[in-house]
Order: sequence, then C-alpha cells, then structure tokens
Amino acid sequence: MQSQATYNYKVVRQFAVMTVIWGIVGMLVGVIIAAQLVWPELNFVEWLSYGRLRPLHTNAVIFAFGGCALFATSYYSVQRTCHAPLFAPAIAAFTFWGWQLIIVLAALSLPLGFTSGKEYAELEWPIDILIAVVWVAYAVVFFGTLMKRKTPHIYVSNWFFGGFILTVALLHIVNSAEIPVFAAGVLTPKSYSAYAGVQDAMVQWWYGHNAVGFFLTAGFLGMMYYFVPKQAGRPVYSYRLSVVHFWALIFTYMWAGPHHLHYTALPDWTQSLGMLFSLILLAPSWGGMINGIMTMSGAWHKLRDDPVLKFMITSLSFYGMSTFEGPMMSIKTVNALSHYTDWTVGHVHSGALGWVAMISIGSIYYLLPRLFGKTEMYSTRLINTHFWLATLGTVLYIAALWISGVMQGLMWRATNVDGTLTYSFVESVKSSYPFWTIRVVGGLMFLGGMLLMAYNMFKTMASGRAVNDAPVLAPAHAH
Amino acid sequence: MDINDLRSLFTVLSFLAFVGIVWWAYSSRRKQSYEAAARIPLEEDDQPAGVAGRGADQAKY
Repeated sequence: MQSQATYNYKVVRQFAVMTVIWGIVGMLVGVIIAAQLVWPELNFVEWLSYGRLRPLHTNAVIFAFGGCALFATSYYSVQRTCHAPLFAPAIAAFTFWGWQLIIVLAALSLPLGFTSGKEYAELEWPIDILIAVVWVAYAVVFFGTLMKRKTPHIYVSNWFFGGFILTVALLHIVNSAEIPVFAAGVLTPKSYSAYAGVQDAMVQWWYGHNAVGFFLTAGFLGMMYYFVPKQAGRPVYSYRLSVVHFWALIFTYMWAGPHHLHYTALPDWTQSLGMLFSLILLAPSWGGMINGIMTMSGAWHKLRDDPVLKFMITSLSFYGMSTFEGPMMSIKTVNALSHYTDWTVGHVHSGALGWVAMISIGSIYYLLPRLFGKTEMYSTRLINTHFWLATLGTVLYIAALWISGVMQGLMWRATNVDGTLTYSFVESVKSSYPFWTIRVVGGLMFLGGMLLMAYNMFKTMASGRAVNDAPVLAPAHAH
Repeated sequence: MDINDLRSLFTVLSFLAFVGIVWWAYSSRRKQSYEAAARIPLEEDDQPAGVAGRGADQAKY
C-alpha cells in the first residue's frame, strides 16, 4: 500500500550540494594556511593572515562541510526510517537558510578579526545566538519527525543523530555564555566569556572535546549506521552491540575533556579523571568500528568494485586508528611529549579527513543519484580516483605530522648536561619545514579529490532532475 | 551527607544503569525485535529513479 505523501528531498538536496561546495572552500583555506607555514611570505594582508584564516578553516570544515553533511544525511535517513516526511517543512527550510547565513557571517567576521578566542567556538555573540536558534529549529524538525513515525522502533542511526543534536545544543549554549562589551554606550559585537580562569578553560574543553565526541563522532556514527548497511545491502552486524555502543559513548564522552588541559592549572585529579575516561572510550569506539566493518561480512567482494563502499569502510578504519591514537595521547606521560606539537594536528586530521570527511563523502555519493533521479553518479571511475586521492592524501598528511610532531616534542624537551635546553624553538621550526611541505601535498591531493567530486556532482545534476516525488512507503511489517 | 556523597552516588547509579542497559540489550527476549529493527533501513526501497523505473528517468545514458 502506498500513501500519496512524498518525502522532503528538497532540503536534503540543498544540504547535500552545499556539503561539496563548503568542503572545497574549507579545505582550500586549509591548504592555504598549510602553505603559509611553509612560505610565510603568503601572509601578505592581515585579513588573509594565518591567525585569521586558521579559525576560518576549522569552522568551515567542521560546521559548514561537516554540518551540511549531517543535516543532509540526518534529514534523509530520519524520514526513510520513520516512513514519515519531515515534520514542519518550513522550519526545515529555515534551518538550511539559517545555517548558510551563519556560514557566510563566519566567513566574513573571522577574517575581519572578530573572535571570542575560544577554539572551535570563535564566532562572536550575535552569530552564537543565531546558531542556537537554528539548532533548536533543527531539533524541532528532527524530533518532530521521530514523533510522526509509522514504525514501532526508532532505528539506531536516529538515536545517534538525536544524541548529537541534543548534546550540541547543550554544549553550544553553555560554552557560549558571554558578556557583550558596551563601549561609549553602544553595544559592540565583542564579548568576553562568562567564566574566568581555569573554569573557563575547563568549560571550553568540556565543549571542545564533546564537539569532537558528539558533532564529529556521534553524528557521523548515525550516518554510518544508516548508509553502510544501505550501501552494503546488509543489516548492521549486531544491533544489540549498536545499542550498547550508543549508551557507552553517552556515558563516557562527557568526561574526557580534561585531557586537553594536562599539566595546566587544572586540578591534578581532574586531569587523571579525563585521562581515565579517555582510555575507557577506546572500548565503545572500537565496538562501533567493528560493528560497522563487520556489516560487510559475507559481502566483502562488493568492496572490489564499489568505490562508495570503499570510502565508507576506509573511513571506519581511520576511525579505529584515530580512536586508538586518541586514548594513547591522553595518557599524561605520552601527552607530555605530544601536547602542543604537530602530532595533535596529525591526530585530528586522521579523524577529520580519514573518518569524518570520508564517511560524509561516501554518504553524499550515495545520496546524489537518488536526489537527482539518476541510477548512479555520472562517473564511477572518478569516484574511484577521488577515493585514492583522498586516502593517499590523508596518509601523507598524518604520516608527515607524526614525524614532525614527535621530533618537535623530543627537541623541546632535550637538555644538555648542565640543564640548559639543547635546541632553541626556532630550530624545531626549521626542522619541521620538510614535513610541512609534505602536508601541503597531502592536503592538495585531498582538495583535488573534492574538486573531482564537484565536477562529478554537477555532471550528474545536469542530466538529472530534482526528485520531489519519492513516495512515502508503508512499513513492510505494518499488519 | 554532603554534595560529594551525592556525586559518588550518581556515578555508581550511572554505572549500574549502564550495566542494566547491557544486560537488557543482550537478553534473549530482545533478539527478535532487534532483528526486525536492524532490517528497518533495508525494507524500504530507495533505489535511484532509473532503477525503480519511474517515468522519463529510464532513458539510458
């Protein structure tokens, strides 16, 4: 039996296309700042200097590229697993235009020098308020759709997306508590944090690490739990493991933030607590990774000629790798070597390029033909080329920064017999240049892959049509 | 009893809740409903338009 209702593909399509566009923008800025480290002459004007572009890069790739990917995939999968079109289509449209406005405001205000100075939360208070409004609207659409569902069970991907939406709202609102500056009787866009001293640092890294845990992990795990089974054509390896995976992440991630503040003014017991919970996190992370990869069992042959599946399974391998590396780096003695070095940046990118970007790219390749009325993407060969550019680019990037990171850590701590430092800081900078050059090459390869994706997408769109008539199906087991 | 006792109690209760979730998820009574839940994404057909044979999109390219 088919009802006349159709799924809301329009907002999914808008977010999916913008994922590719913002991915290119964000990664291009990344390549520029990587090049600025190698060739400082590239800092020729203050608006485009490293210090201003770096937060633009992180905001663009996390919130513009990653954010659009999460909106697109969550809106698509929540409708289809609930057998119900999106709740409140007008509010859904508002989340799209509101989110794009936030991105444009970020792209203008950060180069102009407006920043609250909190990592991954640099945007000033007027934009923070807009983010909160759009995010609450997102929650209304998502949970409204869940309430309209025709299926008795809420599929696991929706649990992860729901946890991500609720937690990000909480994190953003608490960490963005700030007091605007009145100057000469005028309200300025400048603000200062409502917290002071070490509390401010702890709130910031409670936010910062949970932005990793919920924005960059839980949301993308929701993506994994829907799109990997769909692309593989098999149900998830273990559904009960996915339930335990969800609750284990929820119970432990919140406590891991202090590992960003090892050997600071933060009380020692808090640092140890953060380290312990970071170590515990290895278990749920690997449980989820195994669950995703084992979904392929009995269908491994599909990996041979399906580059979309290759993206997804490789992303899970990088997820496993970076969630092993993360807990190791949270151990205080390891952190004493790794903190403030390139190793941290390399670790972040093995998660961000290898896991987050690759699972998003795979899911968007899955979505595009369905949203534009095609049987497949314009060119499967180009997807394969994209896959190898992305994989090799990521490996070059992280391997280069492992080496420079460990080298920097060792040079900074080296002392002579009389207790003086063996190396000056600038010597470690000089020794890092070859590895920073390799990073530029890796980044260029990853960006090149995204350009191929954009070409492939526009070719697919040119010969396709906007699908707005996908019928809502009655659930098969509705008797 | 001060606030720190409550904090310890909350930690213990959270741990017990988690153990309860694991026990509940792995109880054999849930097996059947979980198998049905795992099939939710697969039982709805979202083959691309051409494959599903919808109108003008069947044109080969």
